[in-house]
Amino acid sequence: MAQEVLAALSGNVWKVSVEVGDTVEEDDELFVVEALKMEIPVYSPCDGSVSEIRVKKGDAVEEDDVMAVID
Amino acid sequence: MAIFEHMGVFAMTPGMGVMWLISGTLMVLAIHKKYEPLLLLPIGFGILIANLPLTNLMEPGAGLIWRFYHYGIEWEVIPPVIFLGLGALTDFGPLLSQPRLIFLGAAAQAGVYITFFVATSFGFTLEEAASIGIIGGADGPTTIFLAAKLAPQLLGACAVAAYSYMALVPIIQPPIMRLLTTENERKIRMKKGRKVGAREKLLFPVVASVVIILLVPASAPLIAMFMLGNLFRESKVVERLTDTAQNSLMNIVTIFLGLSIGATMSAENFLRQEVVFIFFLGLVAFMIGTATGVILAKIMNLFTSNKINPLVGGAGVSAVPMAARVVQKMGMEADKKNHLLMFAMGPNIAGVIGTVIAAGIFLTLLG
Repeated sequence: MAQEVLAALSGNVWKVSVEVGDTVEEDDELFVVEALKMEIPVYSPCDGSVSEIRVKKGDAVEEDDVMAVID
Repeated sequence: MAIFEHMGVFAMTPGMGVMWLISGTLMVLAIHKKYEPLLLLPIGFGILIANLPLTNLMEPGAGLIWRFYHYGIEWEVIPPVIFLGLGALTDFGPLLSQPRLIFLGAAAQAGVYITFFVATSFGFTLEEAASIGIIGGADGPTTIFLAAKLAPQLLGACAVAAYSYMALVPIIQPPIMRLLTTENERKIRMKKGRKVGAREKLLFPVVASVVIILLVPASAPLIAMFMLGNLFRESKVVERLTDTAQNSLMNIVTIFLGLSIGATMSAENFLRQEVVFIFFLGLVAFMIGTATGVILAKIMNLFTSNKINPLVGGAGVSAVPMAARVVQKMGMEADKKNHLLMFAMGPNIAGVIGTVIAAGIFLTLLG
């Protein structure tokens, strides 16, 4: 049951903290987004394994963009 | 022997030495602790330079730095040009998305007005009290704009107070915001506001200029430049101008602004009892503004089911975007997945306009 990881706010992808295939638990840090010079972590919504990562460091994201998919 | 008469060394006064210490403190804070370095570094150095004897740098009509001060600040040119840049950097989206957040920006201005009254009871004239009160608006250029017109003798102190407290917002605000809110209130997740179209963001600066200037014409120099900068940005057809306004132009006038303000702080102007009161009252203004913003948010929550996280009210103190960052941080402390940053930008920017309007009102009544 795949879950999408959505960007919580608009900004730039500062850091990608996981790779495809990694096992993650709910609330693990997946990404760090930079907005207004603040670094804001994006956490995993559920347990599972990372099946897709759709952004890379430096990309601009808008709120609700899909950043990754967790299976 | 004549050359010795002209050497500055023998004309030093103790007051100048004290100002050297203050200058050094500001420069260390700017460089080492990174407190508002873009302003505090040139201000700090300007203080040093102005407190070296016999330079005539601030000689009216002739001094180099006097000329920067006279044509840039006394002629009220630099603050509006800074506002041009600020407007080009501002995104009104978060405010237009939830227009009711304007009230939080307005509520925070209570700090300005209350401090105005308190300052008059301290013995300051109305014009001086207004210049001190406006520190609570947490808006450097507006403070300078108003003080230069109404109370130039206090300009240096008011400007340094304003920029210092803006840098200290992450220290000043949280205790007050924590005191006035419950843990549950701080956890409130806010619903996203409405989508704001590009056309709306394009029309806003024009409409806002007309409305505000019709109501408070004295605010025109700042509002017109702010909205022009914003229009540049939202039109998306003058990227070169937008870029210049945001970067080169801002940087140029910031240099002259900082240096000129620092240079007004000679020992005679600054080492007075009043300056201690100014710093005290400026802090009071910030604190009251934070409190009133949070309190209004709590009051608004009584009347709506779409709850506002009261922390967001603290961002009405228009230190952009420092106050919004404080809100984000405190929101995450209560609930690490709660992102209040963009909601907080609404009142943050509304507060800038609120402070300009407050300055316009003071100018109209006292100018």
